[in-house]
Amino acid sequence: MSQSIDRREFLKLAGLGGIVFASTLRSRIANAADAQAADDFYFVQLSDPHWGFQGPPNPDAKGTLKKAIAAVNGLSDQPDFIVFTGDLTHTTDDPKERRQRLAQFREIASELKVKDVRFMPGEHDASLDHGEAFQEFFGPTHYTFDHKGVHFIALDNVSDPRAMIGDEQLQWLSADLAKQRPDANIVILTHRPLFDLYPQWDWATRDGAKAIDLLMPHRNVTVFYGHIHQEHHKMTGHIAHHAAMGLMFPLPAPGSQPKRDPLPWDPEHPYRGLGFRDVDAEVKTSEFKLTEFPVKGA
Amino acid sequence: MRTERRKLLVGLSSLVGLAAIGAVGAATQPKEKVIKILARKFTYSPNHLDLKLGVPVILEFTTADVLMGFNAPDFQVRADIMPGKVEQVRLVPDKVGNFSFLCDIFCGSGHESMNGTITVSA
Ligand SMILES: [Cu+2]
Ligand SMILES: [Fe+2]
Repeated sequence: MSQSIDRREFLKLAGLGGIVFASTLRSRIANAADAQAADDFYFVQLSDPHWGFQGPPNPDAKGTLKKAIAAVNGLSDQPDFIVFTGDLTHTTDDPKERRQRLAQFREIASELKVKDVRFMPGEHDASLDHGEAFQEFFGPTHYTFDHKGVHFIALDNVSDPRAMIGDEQLQWLSADLAKQRPDANIVILTHRPLFDLYPQWDWATRDGAKAIDLLMPHRNVTVFYGHIHQEHHKMTGHIAHHAAMGLMFPLPAPGSQPKRDPLPWDPEHPYRGLGFRDVDAEVKTSEFKLTEFPVKGA
Repeated sequence: MRTERRKLLVGLSSLVGLAAIGAVGAATQPKEKVIKILARKFTYSPNHLDLKLGVPVILEFTTADVLMGFNAPDFQVRADIMPGKVEQVRLVPDKVGNFSFLCDIFCGSGHESMNGTITVSA
């Protein structure tokens, strides 16, 4: 019935308006019932809008998110749903201001045509109050949902200011995974990298390895995350990890300069390094196809 | 009596720190230099350490305000710095160069620039 699992592979293709990144999702669906249950779809990942940020790295701090939303609304085929992988707002020490930023962000995000939108916190939203304000606006910080044969798990590695998932949530993850078949299509949505991408810049999750260990027995796992404000692709074993661009300021490549300071705004290339992505789940060809879209000026 | 208790506590906390980097046993060595580092929103003082290759040091942390972290990933040394407590960790400079350390517990609006450097010379 089920064929042997192809080794996951990346194909890098030149695409209009961005790069197409494809990774093998799973073995080909062998039986018709399965094929029907799992038809193709796509979703959009937006990340790190940092609403409330002000400063030279983005002179259009109030307009960039709106431009991205207009671009998503302008896609000819609308996505099945949209995910925001954290840092919805830029951090503030004032709890009242935090709520104002979250409220404004929610208002702007409500302009998306697609109404099925999933929100996740980043450390900027949640680390100073253990996710309290975030939950007032967007509900739980970790959850699961299923869509056309793919099991999505939103993991919270930011409500604990130590950048940990925590044992309680890991147990919840373990219990949830126990209900999935070993060959289930599993997508993890999270804010910080689960692997040690560059701990010198805080690009890690302290107990992320524990989550990866729990995921390892599952053959088809793909992780989508944010936090590092740039595209990044990495395999840990057979698990693919894809970081998305941000929507406020791009950050330098890991270790490429002494400090993690934002890349300066370039008037010759405004919005450079900012964007969002389409994730195409092509069950028939057993792939997730990623297409990166830049934010463009007016 | 009071002094004894205090000594014991300090001894224990350094043991905990040392256990974290797998170097239990050196706690009784009094020779290693102790470098005191004060963490506060959003700096360490000092924020630069000059170390000699192969000469271990004890870093002794306190925080002036909230819970802070210290993480020097290149040396696999990290600590939670809790208000009202003294935290010690041992660092073995086993390579030459410039390395960064950072606060890895989100502590407020300036958290992302709370960092420092370690220079290890031969
Ligand atoms: Cu982040
Ligand atoms: Fe961010």
